[in-house]
Amino acid sequence: MADPMRIRAQAAGGNATVKVLMSHDMETGVRKDGAGKLIPAWHIAEVTATHNGKSVLTAEWGTGVAKNPFLQFTVKAAKVGDKIAITWKDNHGDSRTDEATVAA
Amino acid sequence: MTSRREILKHSAVVAALLGTTGLFPQYANAAFNKVAFDAKNLADVYKGLGIGLPVLSSGVVLQAPDIAENGAVVPVGATSSLPGVKQILFLVEKNPLPLIAVFNLSDRVDAAILTRTKMAQSSDIYAVAVMNDGKVLYAKKEVKVTLGGCGG
Repeated sequence: MADPMRIRAQAAGGNATVKVLMSHDMETGVRKDGAGKLIPAWHIAEVTATHNGKSVLTAEWGTGVAKNPFLQFTVKAAKVGDKIAITWKDNHGDSRTDEATVAA
Repeated sequence: MTSRREILKHSAVVAALLGTTGLFPQYANAAFNKVAFDAKNLADVYKGLGIGLPVLSSGVVLQAPDIAENGAVVPVGATSSLPGVKQILFLVEKNPLPLIAVFNLSDRVDAAILTRTKMAQSSDIYAVAVMNDGKVLYAKKEVKVTLGGCGG
């Protein structure tokens, strides 16, 4: 099981700025190991963000997103106490969901 | 002259490439656009996504550094003040696989995304905004990389 995400959601002017740090190797599939063998791609492929249970943002990622991906976006009309949840799925079928509460 | 080691290395690459041409059961979920993410150049990416060629627009703003010391982690951001942005894409032209990420926005998030990308070498970065009316707009910026981030 993958390590938890770090999610910070902060209220600002009626919106909430959400910053997410995911823990994932994001292996490109073009690197080689010590024996010269290609290391297969292993990356987060899908990301979903919800605000109080409603989907507000989805994303598809290739291997080009940096290791331990960072994502920042702004949810409109979010207030303190609202729930922001992030889910990612990688190309091995692993997934992880974490939730944060919008802070003042 | 090509050494034996190099020949072996190349055949390993070819074998791996052949191995990846099969069907990919791990992408059973239809949301992941494998054709676009496997495309090797910008034109094929746009074709794979089923969108037209982007038009340069001042309505899209790309934030990226002038020089990236470490190509493994390059912060990129795209914002647009235009209404009706449906998708934001990030592309790095000279990466082995140029399409980095596709963000599908709802009307409940701002058209402003920040993330971090990898860059194999100095290249133009594109931020593309797909609008609800089908227009495709872009902004681009050249980023110099001192240390590549895609290994190999």
